[in-house]
Amino acid sequence: MSQVIRSGDYDLDLQELQIDGEGDRMTLSVGPHHPSTHGVLRVVLEIEGERIVKATPEIGFLHTGIEKTAEHLTWTQAITVIDRMDYLAPMSNNLGYVLAVEKLLGIEVPARARIVRVLLTELQRIASHLVWLGTTALDIGSQSVLMYAFDLREGILDLFEEVAGARMHQSYFRVGGLAQDIPEGFEDQVRRFLDRVPERMREIRAILDENPIWLDRLKGVGAISADKAIALGVTGPNLRACGVPYDVRKAFPYAGYDEFEFDVPVAENGDCYDRYIVRVEEIMESYRICRQALARLPGGPVVVDDRKIVLPPKPEVRESMEALIHHFKLVSYGFDVPAGEVYQALESPRGEIGFYVVSNGKNKPWRVRVRGPAFYNTFAMPAMMEGALLADMVAIIASVDPVFGEVDR
Amino acid sequence: MSGPRHYPEPYRGGAAALAHVRDAIVPALVEAFGDGVEPMETPFDQPQVRVAPDKLEPVARWLKERGFNMLVDVGGVDYLPRTPRFEVVYHLLALPQLWRLRLRVPVEEAQPEVPTVSHLWPAADPAEREVWDLFGIRFAGHPNLTRILMPDDWVGHPLRQDYPLQGPRAGLPAHAADRNRYHAPKLPGHPPGTTGLPGGAKGGK
Repeated sequence: MSQVIRSGDYDLDLQELQIDGEGDRMTLSVGPHHPSTHGVLRVVLEIEGERIVKATPEIGFLHTGIEKTAEHLTWTQAITVIDRMDYLAPMSNNLGYVLAVEKLLGIEVPARARIVRVLLTELQRIASHLVWLGTTALDIGSQSVLMYAFDLREGILDLFEEVAGARMHQSYFRVGGLAQDIPEGFEDQVRRFLDRVPERMREIRAILDENPIWLDRLKGVGAISADKAIALGVTGPNLRACGVPYDVRKAFPYAGYDEFEFDVPVAENGDCYDRYIVRVEEIMESYRICRQALARLPGGPVVVDDRKIVLPPKPEVRESMEALIHHFKLVSYGFDVPAGEVYQALESPRGEIGFYVVSNGKNKPWRVRVRGPAFYNTFAMPAMMEGALLADMVAIIASVDPVFGEVDR
Repeated sequence: MSGPRHYPEPYRGGAAALAHVRDAIVPALVEAFGDGVEPMETPFDQPQVRVAPDKLEPVARWLKERGFNMLVDVGGVDYLPRTPRFEVVYHLLALPQLWRLRLRVPVEEAQPEVPTVSHLWPAADPAEREVWDLFGIRFAGHPNLTRILMPDDWVGHPLRQDYPLQGPRAGLPAHAADRNRYHAPKLPGHPPGTTGLPGGAKGGK
């Protein structure tokens, strides 16, 4: 960025904002139904004048017992509820879960399925960051960015509908591969969509990068140090904004990410503006990964060759008794997974999402513990809010990108 | 958009770091604490140790001093009908070394209590509250051990294996079923339709 434009750095030193003593301390409850809380977060604030002294996030308003429900579904059925945790990035959730189960089963998916998974997960990252960008800009007061961002995201949801039949909760990744092969002509559709991305991102950044209101509201607001962020368990773009280049895709490569060439955007100050910069640059890195995935997408099967885990193709079921039995067994009972525990970490758009899956050797998961990155990021908010102005709370909540389906599970 | 940026090199080499934890850190930990720490096999190259509840605090301190600066997760598992019934699982991470270590702390049903580590890693504060909420495992010394996902006056701990999926009225004692009804705030004089009782019981007269 060429220059920083601010309307003046005297704003925060106004006399009326400097209130001493505890006499004027009051408690303010924000949320759970408040447009700036991005879902159903309640924050209990103690404020002195305009200054936040203490912030306490309260969560649980969207608790749907997904971990409990998953224990009562078969390994394949559980994919459908795991979709619904992080509703802005269901592909990342599914990928983490199926990778964990595949580790327990000791199977490796064919190359085509692996590359398609990377392609769709990175498209999902772009979509998630676009929602974040649009809603954050809306909170800060720029309504047109919401339209630009959601228009682009719409293209990604159309692509998801094309492969999986659903726009939001695709349940497209299955244990052992994909639900079905990508449709004919899908690669060209993705290419046509990707052609729109750089231009649109240039437009969005032209609106925001040198916008004095945007800079005033974000620069130097809600800063957190790297040590504090690590101690609070912050991961993902929020941690990288503090200058810590930790990305699970590079540190513990999964799903073949080590074959791809991409950078990990990192900023320095850990404030709201750096979180913005890291995310918009991650969109372009995901764009690079998508291009590479398209270029190296091989042919071949998209599921493992194991009829005990993957449904046989439908035409075969009509002709072969054996295939029919496999079909019936898989649909009614599912498959057994060897007993054991596994932890699968994954870089979701919000940070390190971890699946600690425990199997007792039966056809249902004994326990699916999900380490939601947004859960820990939400509880790092007080460290960013304390000392900030009340109006900055909106910017801080928005910039942390909490998704309450995942926080409350 | 701005020109090419130069980012610091991202942390890499997780596999080698896990091998280092398995070959160097776990043996040193076992040597330092003797019976309190029991090495376990490392499935999928994920190092893990079993830690006795009374040794958890010193073990955690020892590990933190040697670089494990992030507590990635605290989770509970209910292994009913095994004894000890519960297990609290801690995932630790060291940045930038990329060491990972899993601590598995067995917890007896009769005395479900482990010491807190929230004074070492503040990330444990909400995570331990969640384990208390959903499993009923207490964390001794925790500054604010209250429910976090369920309502404050909820009875029972939903992620226990003997807690019915369909809700508390399916199997809990009568007083619990009564209290776990939908809690709408009661307005003075109980105007019609605001009794907070579920559908069929909504009298309001």
